[in-house]
Amino acid sequence: MAETKKDLPKGGVIEKGGTAHDYYTGGWRKLVPVVNKDKCTNCMICWVMCPDSAVIVQDGKMIGFDLEHCKGCGICAVECPDKVKAIKMEEEAS
Amino acid sequence: MATNTAMKKQTGLTGNSAIAIAMKQINPDVCPAYPITPSTAIIEDFSSYVADGDVDTELITVESEHSAMSACIGAAAAGARVMTATSSQGLALMWEMLYIASGMRLPIVITNVNRALSAPINIHCDHSDSMGARDAGWVQLYSETVQEAYDNLIMAVRIAENEKVLLPVMVCLDGFITSHAIENITLLDKAEVQSFIGEYKPERSLLDIDHPSTFGAMTLQDAYMTFKHQQSEAMTRAKDVVSSVSAEFAKKFGRNYGLIDAYRLEDAEIAIVILNSAAGTTKVVVDELRKQGKKAGMLRLRLFRPLPHKEIADALKNCKAVAVLDRADSMNDFGGPLFNEVRSALYDGETRPKVISRIYGLGGRDYKIKDATDVFDELSAAVKTGKTDTLTKYITL
Repeated sequence: MAETKKDLPKGGVIEKGGTAHDYYTGGWRKLVPVVNKDKCTNCMICWVMCPDSAVIVQDGKMIGFDLEHCKGCGICAVECPDKVKAIKMEEEAS
Repeated sequence: MATNTAMKKQTGLTGNSAIAIAMKQINPDVCPAYPITPSTAIIEDFSSYVADGDVDTELITVESEHSAMSACIGAAAAGARVMTATSSQGLALMWEMLYIASGMRLPIVITNVNRALSAPINIHCDHSDSMGARDAGWVQLYSETVQEAYDNLIMAVRIAENEKVLLPVMVCLDGFITSHAIENITLLDKAEVQSFIGEYKPERSLLDIDHPSTFGAMTLQDAYMTFKHQQSEAMTRAKDVVSSVSAEFAKKFGRNYGLIDAYRLEDAEIAIVILNSAAGTTKVVVDELRKQGKKAGMLRLRLFRPLPHKEIADALKNCKAVAVLDRADSMNDFGGPLFNEVRSALYDGETRPKVISRIYGLGGRDYKIKDATDVFDELSAAVKTGKTDTLTKYITL
């Protein structure tokens, strides 16, 4: 972000890439995805389908969700294969 | 002598052909186009230039004017020099995209061949189309003749791309009256046009993958108004840029255009304010009345956006009665758009003329010498009695 509002770039252009990472959309969430790692086969379909790149993968394994960016859309829970169904959408803890 | 340059290589051309030739000489990178009467021949001629390899332009044949303006915006954001042409319903269909083009500060140049808006459907000249777009954040230039339309289009490129402006520009000319009538005009060489407009160096390009950027992002309460303020200031600056580009054009090519065209106004008591081709008829009547010893004058606005309000006020301040003739109605029970703005521009003057609104020539209805004479007669009567008949009225009915 520019120093002052006067310095904002003409026409609302954002002058660098990857800025969506700095915008925390986790606050939009109503339902939170919860993964059962006993069932999960690490097929990575949830990682492919997540529109917010909020599925965290480490060393080839799905290890959870980036809740600062997950909007709780539930696509991961739907796309998790029928034989597995390792992801459930639950109410956010109040 | 400047006039030698101004008069060389005379040729007879319609407004549409002259605009197409200007586009050929400008050689834009991209031209998204959807033809519509009476601007069709511009795109028809220009597509021949594309097919013949006379230009390097990517001609995109789109499925509607909404898509045409959308493609203009995309191409301009990619850093291309972009042009198109339209009329009437075409401009109306571009409407939401017009605001996006200006808000994103993209220097797109379009020719709008003025034509009435439906309904009832009509293909002939009035200014309801471009007047409908008057708050869209576009610079608007109006052209009296084929020559001026051609010259305006070349200057429009420089105005739009000026770093102090970076706003889209619309060049308007009268449908059929100017677009289809053959007038004697002087063309520039392609090399002259190219050297005048120069190479376009966009500040940013979507295609610059080394410097990725986002165009058209959402802004909320903390920033939207700032961007609109920046845009408004750019529109204010555009006035001086139109002046300086026009002065440079006059110096190089000998044809001189001001922001306004004040005709025999110095000592005028009565005056008509008007846009585009109808100025010609009005000047004939002014000359006739002058022969009779009547102090008549005419003011034609070449620049309507931004409004040269100080110049208007200065030009009309000594008049006693003024009629503003609108070829469009605001449907507001209070006169046409030009009337309201000109009258408002005069409000702060020490002396204020009586100002009346007359709506003329809708849907291509002729505006004849007698019509202008009648208006001047009305103004003379107003000067004599100190009273105006009616504030707003349709003439040429």
